[in-house]
Amino acid sequence: MVSRPSDLTADPAGAAGPAPLPVKIVIAGGFAVGKTTFVGSISEIEPLTTEAALTAVSEGIDDTSKVSAKTATTVAMDFGRIGLGSDLVLYLFGTPGQDRFWFMWDDLVRGAIGAVVLIDTRRLEECFPAVDYFEESGIPFVVAMNCFDGVVTHPPEAVREALGVSPDTPILLTDARHRDATKATLIELVQHALSRATAAPV
Amino acid sequence: MNRRGDGSGLRVRPYALTGGRTRAATDIAIETILVLTPEGAARAEHRPMEKGDILRLCRAPSSPAEISAHLHLPLGVARVLAGDLVDEGLLDFNREAAAGDPPSLRLLERVFDGLQAL
Repeated sequence: MVSRPSDLTADPAGAAGPAPLPVKIVIAGGFAVGKTTFVGSISEIEPLTTEAALTAVSEGIDDTSKVSAKTATTVAMDFGRIGLGSDLVLYLFGTPGQDRFWFMWDDLVRGAIGAVVLIDTRRLEECFPAVDYFEESGIPFVVAMNCFDGVVTHPPEAVREALGVSPDTPILLTDARHRDATKATLIELVQHALSRATAAPV
Repeated sequence: MNRRGDGSGLRVRPYALTGGRTRAATDIAIETILVLTPEGAARAEHRPMEKGDILRLCRAPSSPAEISAHLHLPLGVARVLAGDLVDEGLLDFNREAAAGDPPSLRLLERVFDGLQAL
């Protein structure tokens, strides 16, 4: 609107073009399942924490009995950032732990490539709200089993059955601590989003 | 109820900074990357208060998420103030993809290639 690249004379190389284009992927899952670890393993910055004040949107979420005094007023959300070339930036947003913060998910998910639902098979039920949310909103998602110490406690097909997700939803093994594993998980998600977009153009 | 968490850099209630608004005229998404316009770059040094802090932070292109994290501002406030600065012509962002639209096939392919090249 205001800056025309031709007007810029003093900018260093690379900054004279338009601003980088952001894309985002949402990392969801239950409390302490490894979302921030996942983000941190591949982010080029230390994961940062943003806080959203709840006061403006607290209507209808009165049940503060289960949360500490601090999270009763703010929701913390961790995120990371990966530069993909000079003009593209991928943000990874960890969802706030509690599913009652869905009003934030709507903002998070709007325009997102898709979501990684990180699960701990010992506490499988904690990911149900996230799976429900993404199925209902039609957002592409993959289910990634966070395997601590490489231990696979349940085969992916058993997890698929337990979650009741559709056969075309990828269920993968990952390790949130290792960059190669998180990178492969993100690539798998983008691949899934691509095949969905190719199959059914919006 | 209005108690703020530790580490807040705010001297006043968050939405006092925005005149009580929760939306700017220009709606800025959480991830929108903001850059200084030439005028913004010229004014960044001497602009006071939070908007000045935002301009100085955006010397390195930054999103409201980063503004919120670095300046300890609630995310909603960061979005409104950034939107104001866009309306003032001091910040700008890439309008190639409309905020909120699902990424295009071409964009998905660029992300796919970019991730593989990491």
